[in-house]
Amino acid sequence: MLTEYLFYFFSVLAVFASIMVLMSRKPIHSVLYLTLAFLAIAGHFILLNAQFIAIVNVIVYAGAIMVLFLFTVMLLNLNLAVEQKKTAIIRITAVLAAGLLFLTITGASKKMDLTFKQEEVLTQIGLVKNLGKILFRDFRLPFEVSGILFLSAMVGTVMLGKKTGD
Amino acid sequence: MQEITQTVTTIPIQHYVLLCTLLFVIGVAGVLIKRNALVIFMSIEIMLNSINLLLVAFSVYHNDPAGQVFVFFVMIVAAAEVAVGLALVVMVYRHTHSIDIDFLNRLKW
Repeated sequence: MLTEYLFYFFSVLAVFASIMVLMSRKPIHSVLYLTLAFLAIAGHFILLNAQFIAIVNVIVYAGAIMVLFLFTVMLLNLNLAVEQKKTAIIRITAVLAAGLLFLTITGASKKMDLTFKQEEVLTQIGLVKNLGKILFRDFRLPFEVSGILFLSAMVGTVMLGKKTGD
Repeated sequence: MQEITQTVTTIPIQHYVLLCTLLFVIGVAGVLIKRNALVIFMSIEIMLNSINLLLVAFSVYHNDPAGQVFVFFVMIVAAAEVAVGLALVVMVYRHTHSIDIDFLNRLKW
């Protein structure tokens, strides 16, 4: 019973925070609401027994990425800027298009057969020990390639952020 | 604790599909509506996170840890993408003194 209440609580929280990201006028409020949405999704991960993913979500998203966003907002001093809006017709069309996408995906998933046999619930697959084994046994090459990806991203960021000319 | 971690037996997977679709659609709407490049990045983050949640949900319901490893890789790519993207935003701001993406329409026509 408690599980269901927690599921719906986190769901409502995530959807509300995501909508508020789009509704708030100042970018800094958007960043804070986005952090709230990430924390709600981390709560979902804990409910699903995915403890490692939950912790990584909090550290990487709510920690590192949001700090990066906050730094950019403060660096550019965007709070003073008044945001221009798109024209009303574009906004209405965008919301309509998003609603149609929602209808399409939910309609398609209604037809899907999502029932599958489940003998027993394994509560251990989300732990670091288990995931680390999988990661270093079956996914060794992607893991190394992601290191190269990070290196190239770092080089690219330094190249872009460097002042050129003066 | 025993009670909390039994989500799998009480919540049908359709609810997760619905929730993740809703979050994804909110992200799509944000990309289409907003003109602020930072908020567009945030909408992309919402979309990535909704997909992560769905992957983890299916991985748990199928007792297959590979889905959670995939989520790990998605997070890696998202972190790299945000670093490069924010550097681009800063560079655009230096050139135009604004991060309104509707100013950047020179490649449009």
